[in-house]
Amino acid sequence: MTGYLLLASALFSVGLFGALSQQSIVMIMMGLELMINAVIVGGAAFWYYTAPERPDGQVVIVVAITAMAVEMAAGFAVTTAIFRARDVDMTDLAADLKD
Amino acid sequence: MDVVFWGCAVGAVASGIAVFRVDSMARATFALLASFVFAAVTVLLVDLTYLGVLVILMMIMEMVIMVVFMLMYMMNPAGLMPMSMLHNKKGALVISGATFAVLATGSILVDWPTTNARRPEDPTMALGEALMGPKMLTMVVLGLALFATIIATVVLATHRGRYDRYGDRLDRKRPDDPVRGGLGR
Repeated sequence: MTGYLLLASALFSVGLFGALSQQSIVMIMMGLELMINAVIVGGAAFWYYTAPERPDGQVVIVVAITAMAVEMAAGFAVTTAIFRARDVDMTDLAADLKD
Repeated sequence: MDVVFWGCAVGAVASGIAVFRVDSMARATFALLASFVFAAVTVLLVDLTYLGVLVILMMIMEMVIMVVFMLMYMMNPAGLMPMSMLHNKKGALVISGATFAVLATGSILVDWPTTNARRPEDPTMALGEALMGPKMLTMVVLGLALFATIIATVVLATHRGRYDRYGDRLDRKRPDDPVRGGLGR
């Protein structure tokens, strides 16, 4: 259990670093994906070691996987929209006022 | 099993770090894929066969699509020149390091409960019965969320919206389409 939680902590922290430090929208999405991946690993560990007789832990993982798919699709759509409108793919440039 | 787990754990974290270290966006995408596959193997080790395989298959498709987006939008997809696209690196390192310290301390120090309950013979069957039974509301909400995402992403990614076609006040009698066609046009 501890090993799984350490793995989840490390994945979450690496993802958090990426989400906070990257300028590229796609790279920020990668950071968010790593953080959701940590939720999947943690959920699997909690299900297996604390309550395997109940399916709740597995349902949490299904929700996390769906959140990952939604985040990816929405991220790509936002990137497409902002690239089409402003010709930028970086958060810093997108925050600037339009000329 | 322990050796496999720790090998995959180290691999998942190392390839996760590599995502933000390599110059090439394409390499970053495949490093992320490697991280997901390593993490999914650890999920397979706790008998969650269906969910582990689902994550692996989904991530392979997702990362292949992501590579296409990288080539479409990113300025340096092949990593031919070293570059950095970071802001506030020091602050991000401090925050993520502190987060890891807090989470890792909790993981080690908390006396996590253990159970002697009988594990289901087929966890996939248990999940399916839960989603089609007492957890049906969760499944319905997930379905609606995915459907809303489909509509939202198409609206966002479509070049011409209804305001382009029918004017800012939506009062244009005939839509302004580059190619005429359709019923009555």
